[in-house]
Amino acid sequence: MSTLLDIKGLVTSFDTDSGWVRAVDGISFSVEKGKTVGLVGESGCGKTVTAMSIIDLLPKPSGHVLEGEINFKGRDLCKVTGAEKRKIRGGEIGVIFQEPMAALNPVHRIGKQLVEILKLHEKMSSRAALQKAVQLLDAVGIPAPEERISSYPHELSGGMRQRVMIAIALACEPDLLIADEPTTALDVTVQAQILELIQSMQAKLGMAVLMITHDLGVIAQNCDEVVVMYAGRVVERAPVRELFAHPRHAYTKGLLNSIPRIESERKSELNTIPGQVASIQDFVSGCRFCQRIDRKNSVLLRQRPDYREIALGHWVETCPECFLA
Amino acid sequence: MNNDSSKLLEVENLRQHFPIRGGVMMKQIGAVKAVDGVSFDIETGETLGLVGESGCGKSTLGKALVRLLNPTGGRIRFKGHDITHMRQGRIRPLRQDFQMVFQDPAESLDARMAVGELVAEPLIIQGIGNRVSRQKRVAELLDRVGLPGNSAGKFPFEFSGGQRQRIGIARALALNPDLLVLDEPVSALDVSVQSQVMNLLLELQRDFEMSYLFIAHDLAVVKHMSDRIAVMYLGKIVELAPAEEIYRNPRHAYTKALLSAIPVPDPTAKRARVILEGDVPSPIHPPAGCAFGHRVGHERYEESVGQELPFEEVAPGHWVQKCPCCID
Repeated sequence: MSTLLDIKGLVTSFDTDSGWVRAVDGISFSVEKGKTVGLVGESGCGKTVTAMSIIDLLPKPSGHVLEGEINFKGRDLCKVTGAEKRKIRGGEIGVIFQEPMAALNPVHRIGKQLVEILKLHEKMSSRAALQKAVQLLDAVGIPAPEERISSYPHELSGGMRQRVMIAIALACEPDLLIADEPTTALDVTVQAQILELIQSMQAKLGMAVLMITHDLGVIAQNCDEVVVMYAGRVVERAPVRELFAHPRHAYTKGLLNSIPRIESERKSELNTIPGQVASIQDFVSGCRFCQRIDRKNSVLLRQRPDYREIALGHWVETCPECFLA
Repeated sequence: MNNDSSKLLEVENLRQHFPIRGGVMMKQIGAVKAVDGVSFDIETGETLGLVGESGCGKSTLGKALVRLLNPTGGRIRFKGHDITHMRQGRIRPLRQDFQMVFQDPAESLDARMAVGELVAEPLIIQGIGNRVSRQKRVAELLDRVGLPGNSAGKFPFEFSGGQRQRIGIARALALNPDLLVLDEPVSALDVSVQSQVMNLLLELQRDFEMSYLFIAHDLAVVKHMSDRIAVMYLGKIVELAPAEEIYRNPRHAYTKALLSAIPVPDPTAKRARVILEGDVPSPIHPPAGCAFGHRVGHERYEESVGQELPFEEVAPGHWVQKCPCCID
């Protein structure tokens, strides 16, 4: 197995009215070829900013990658510029966004949007590109693709739009697919269809997937490895079974315990994580989960906990209070 | 129907259609049949969960029940009063007893009103108390839903999503209602905050003996909150049963598919999934027969065309819409 994407000490900052804020604060993880890695965490924890840093789609001019490396197939994406970056984005890395209606251009037919990427990246002729576009729509399970190719996005249902997004993301057979909450806007039955589709395309193309979601159910059923983010940092990272069976960070454990489950007793009190995420300007430099549950130990709040590998592939932030033995 | 005193709300064959107008004269050329013949009741202190995919009519049903809409047909009886076609002026005093909590607190709370005003507004509308007593009641309510003491003077934007939902709940509680219609109250919240709000709702229900209509699309959440569950598909209830029963022994093909589609937060669980093809059909031109049989292209679909599909009790308290294609 070899590493496809290796992120080391990534720091992404935004220039705001109240000064620079670090939305992603020194995170490291990697994605192996052909594997699915889930990036999970609550809103505002930096999941999407991480993804946008990888493909350099941060909002400009406020967003910047300040430190760290994003190694993709041996190149540091932070140092790649211009034409080469555009070749990687869309060509070697495909992206599916959460809200397909916002990501697709509403005034162009979906065929045109598919053909555009094929002509640009694969240097195909219009005719060949159109043919390939029909094949792609067919591959992602859109009925009557020859007719659908001249539809506008608003003429399609949410699930169908997400299929079009997937077709565009996979048009150039990328090595890595970044899926940012690909099913959050969809119903459960359609969610199941889309996840199934991503899995089957992954098997066919042998690509790796970075799946960003807040749904632990989606993580459990689709990922090989999980990266848990909290307040801009990775607090725990482990193979999926290991993480669900033996969470070692108090936040991961709290998260797993607070989901209602079908088999749990009805109307019983659910476990909760006390407090709420601090706002980004107020983040302490030390353990941010200690900050949330209002521990007063000033050393813990000042000193950033070590991020250590405690078992093969199992990394945890080892804050003396939050690290579970 | 008999006038059973334990029934707080009785709904009979409720229909809510929205006209589609077109042409030069803006004549009615069709209708969106958002809710199309729905019957159920809610008992005192009970939670009825309502699940279904987007567009199935569950939010419309919620709004029709609290009479934010004018139902097209059928009957809603609340505490024995027929409120189906009651004028708003007459309904207002009754509204004290049924309130609604909306999905997105950021949109349902007026951004220019302070939290104290927001929570006091229902009291003012109903003409309850004076300024001092209202202030006291607001402080009490905010404390009850777990908001900090200084919240009354702040504005909604100063709060997180979970706290805003607490404001929405405090506002709904202000008049001591007997029934709360909760329209996706936790869907917009993160997991750790979601469980806090669910606990709050369970606690309030115990303390004030309220009934809930709990609308959601997350089946695990609904199961946790509800005594009985109704599954809605394209404007109709296809199955209604006690919560445990519907999960243990689903009878309608749609319920089965819905249950099997839930991603279970356990990586070792391997299940036979029923992956549904297609989307929910349009409520403007619903299929002539069983709407679900039509979606999955069931071989016996034709038998259901033109049939009146009866809603039958197959086991005590377990109701199913009978049709040739969806019931084994």
